[in-house]
Amino acid sequence: MQFSFSEEQEEFRSMLRRFLEAKSPPSAVRAQMVTDQGYDPDVWASLAGELGVTALHIPEEYGGAGFGVSELAIAAEEMGRALLCAPFFASTVMAATAIINAGSDDQKRTLLPDLASGDVIATLAAAEPGGGWAPDQIKMTATKAGDGYTLTGAKSYVLDGMNAGRIVIAANAPGGGIALFTAAADGQGVSRTALKSMDPTRKLARIDFDAAPVELLGDAAAGAEAYAKTMDVMLTCLANEMNGGAERLREDALEYVSMRMQFGRSIASFQTTKHKAADMLLDVELSKAAGYSAASALDDDDPDARAVASLAKAAASEAYFQTAVHAVQMHGGIGFTFDNDTHLWFKRAKQSEAFLGDANLHRERMMQHWGTEA
Amino acid sequence: MTVEQVRADVQAYLKANWDPNLGLVEWRLKLMDSGWGMPHWPEKWYGRGLPLGMTSIVDEEFAKVGAVGVAKMGIRVLAAATILEHGTDHHKEKFLRGILTGEETWCQLFSEPGSGSDLAGAATRADLKDGKWIINGQKVWTTSAHHAHYGLLLARTDWDAVKHKGLSYFILDMHQPGVDVHQLKQMNGHASFNQVFLTEAVIEPEYQVAELGEGWKVATTTLMNERRGADSARKYDSASERLERIYEEERAEIATVMAPYTWYPQRMGRVDMLIDRAKALGKFDDPATRQEIAKVLTLAKSAEWTARRARAASAAGKPQGPEGSIGKLAASIVARAANLAHTTIAGPDAMLTGDDDGTEGVVAEILVSTPAISIAGGTDEIQRNIISERILKMPKEMRTDTDRPFRDVPRNQV
Repeated sequence: MQFSFSEEQEEFRSMLRRFLEAKSPPSAVRAQMVTDQGYDPDVWASLAGELGVTALHIPEEYGGAGFGVSELAIAAEEMGRALLCAPFFASTVMAATAIINAGSDDQKRTLLPDLASGDVIATLAAAEPGGGWAPDQIKMTATKAGDGYTLTGAKSYVLDGMNAGRIVIAANAPGGGIALFTAAADGQGVSRTALKSMDPTRKLARIDFDAAPVELLGDAAAGAEAYAKTMDVMLTCLANEMNGGAERLREDALEYVSMRMQFGRSIASFQTTKHKAADMLLDVELSKAAGYSAASALDDDDPDARAVASLAKAAASEAYFQTAVHAVQMHGGIGFTFDNDTHLWFKRAKQSEAFLGDANLHRERMMQHWGTEA
Repeated sequence: MTVEQVRADVQAYLKANWDPNLGLVEWRLKLMDSGWGMPHWPEKWYGRGLPLGMTSIVDEEFAKVGAVGVAKMGIRVLAAATILEHGTDHHKEKFLRGILTGEETWCQLFSEPGSGSDLAGAATRADLKDGKWIINGQKVWTTSAHHAHYGLLLARTDWDAVKHKGLSYFILDMHQPGVDVHQLKQMNGHASFNQVFLTEAVIEPEYQVAELGEGWKVATTTLMNERRGADSARKYDSASERLERIYEEERAEIATVMAPYTWYPQRMGRVDMLIDRAKALGKFDDPATRQEIAKVLTLAKSAEWTARRARAASAAGKPQGPEGSIGKLAASIVARAANLAHTTIAGPDAMLTGDDDGTEGVVAEILVSTPAISIAGGTDEIQRNIISERILKMPKEMRTDTDRPFRDVPRNQV
C-alpha cells in the first residue's frame, strides 16, 4: 500500500479544491438542494469536460482516463468536503464501476463512453424497500424471457434515481446468485418515484419494475464477484467522501470557537473545547488513513482490499457523525439553526452512515475476511 | 562524503576488525576509537561527524555481518546526547567512555511525586554549602536507578526565580550514602521503576551542567532525545541467538536492561491475540464479540496506517502533518478498546490471574496494564493540550504559576 500521494495526485486535489470552492460554496449547495433535480448542469458539464472527473477510472479504451481508485477517492473526498450537489457518486462511482466490473467488452464499448463524457447520468439500484446493499438482502430475482431477462419488483434508496438516464440493477440471476443488469431509465415497465431524502443534497428515488426487459451485464456466474468488487470501490469512495466532509466540519467548528467569546475569553481557550478539538482531529485523521489505505489496497489488488474497504466505511460512519455531533455542539445554539451551515454536513453524515450499509454491517464484512485469514 | 563512500568505508572497517570472539567491552573500545560506533558524533568524541541521516547505512552494514554496536540502550543515550550538547570537555572525558562501553549505567532523576505532567514544578532542592551542592528531595518513576552509576538530576537552585528559571541540571553519583533507591510496585505487580530518596546527597560543583538556572533548557534536550529515540530504542530489544562470546555478553546486557519491561506489550492491549483467543474459546461466532474485535482492529489498523503516513511524509521530506502527533493518543484508545475486547472474550476467566487465567497470566496482565499507556510518557490530557495548542493553534492554558517567584506557587505537600 502507498502511504503518500504523488505530486500529480496532490496537484489534482488542489485543482479540484479550487474549482469546488468557487462553484460549490454553501450558498450554491443551498440553491441546488431545494430544486428537484438537485444539481447545477453547468457545474456538472465543467466537472465532466474541463476537469474530466467523470472519466477518471474508466479505462482509456472505453473513453476514460485510465486512473485508479486513488484518484477517484481524491475526487470523492474533495466533493464531500464541498458538499457538492452532483450525480458523480451515482454515475461515476456506482454505475460506471459496476459496468467496468461486470460488462462484456461490447457492453463497455457501448455504455461507458457516454458515462465518461458525462453526457449520460447513470445509477446503481441494489437495495430494496426496508432492505440493504448486502447480497443476502437483495431478493429481486430476474426472470428469463426469450433471449433476455425481465425484472419485477421494487428497488429503493436509489441515488440520483430521478436524474439517471440509465440504471444498473443488482438482482438475483434466475439460477441464484447476484448478477448485474441494465436498462434505460425510461424503459418499458420502469417507473420512478422521488423519495423525500433527509439529506437534501443527495436525492433518492424508488424504482418499480413491472416485467421490465433488462440486459444482463456480462456473465451471470461472475456477477456476484463483480458486485462485490463494485461494492469495494463504492465503499472506499464513500468513506473518502465522508472523511472530506468530516474534515470540513472539524475545520469550520475550530474556526468558530476561535472567534467566539464568552465569559470574557475565547471559548477556544477552555480546555474542554481544546480536548474535544484534539479528539476530533484524531477521529478524522484515523478515518482518513483508513480511507486512503482502502483506495491504495484496491489499486494494488491487495488481498486484504475487501476487508480494508469495509473497515474504511465503518470508520468513516462513526468519525463523520461523531464529528458532526461535536461540530453542532461547538457552535452552540446557532449550530442548531437552519441558517448555520453545519446541519448541511450533519445530514450528509447521517445519511452516509446508513448508505451502503452501516458500521455494524461492514465490521462484520471485514471480520468475514480477517476471521478466515488470520 | 557520499552514501557509497560511507558504505564502502564501514564495510572495509568491519572486514578488517569485526570479530565475534572479542569481549564486548574490548570490541566497543575499538569501535569507539574508529568512530563507527556513533558515526554522527563529532570526530573528537568517538564519532565521524557524519550527518544523522547516514547512520542508517552504518546500521545496515553492521546488521549484515551481525556486528555488535556500542551500548545504546536505555537512559545512557539521553545522558550522552545531553552531555554532548551541554557538557564540558571534562564531563565528556569522564562519562562518554563508560556510556558507550556499557560499563556504566545511567538514570534520569526528573519526575517527582509532586510534579508529573508539570515537570518544571520540580521541588527537589540543591543548596550550595561549603562549596558543594547538597541535594534533598524525592524522585520517582526512575528507570534503572537500582543499578545506575549516575543520574541526570533536575533540581531547584533558586526559589525566588520564576518556575522555569530556578532549575539547574546536575550529574549525580548514585553510589553515595545520601541516595536511597526503592522499587516502586505497580498495580500490575511488576516493579519496573524506582523511587529515589535524596537526603543530603552531595554533588561536586564541577558536575553542574550548563549555567545555573538553565536546568529546564538542558532537560528539554534530554526529553527531546527521549521522544526521538522512542522508535529506535525498540530495535535493540532482541538479542542475537549466535553463540560467539560477544553475543553471549550482549544477551546478558539486554536481559538486564529489558527485564523490567516484559509487560510492555500487554500495556498496548495485545490486539494481535484477539482473533486467536476468540477462536480458541469458541467465541468467534458470537456477533457481539465479533463487533468488539472489529472495532479494535479498525482503530489499531487506522492508527498503524496513520503512523505509516507520517513516516512516508518524513521520508519524502514533506512537512509533517497532524498524522505525526496523534499516535500516542491513538495508542491509548486502542489499548483501552483492546482491554474491553479481551474481557468480553475471556468471560468469567477475566476474574482469574496467573496460571489460572488460561494464558499463563498474559491476558490478566493486559487487563491490569493498559492504564499505563495513557499516563506514561505524557498523559492523554497533556497530549490533547499539545495537539490543540501546537497543531490546531488554539490558545494556551491560562497559567498562574509563571508570573511569580516559585516559592509563591501553590504546590503539593509531600
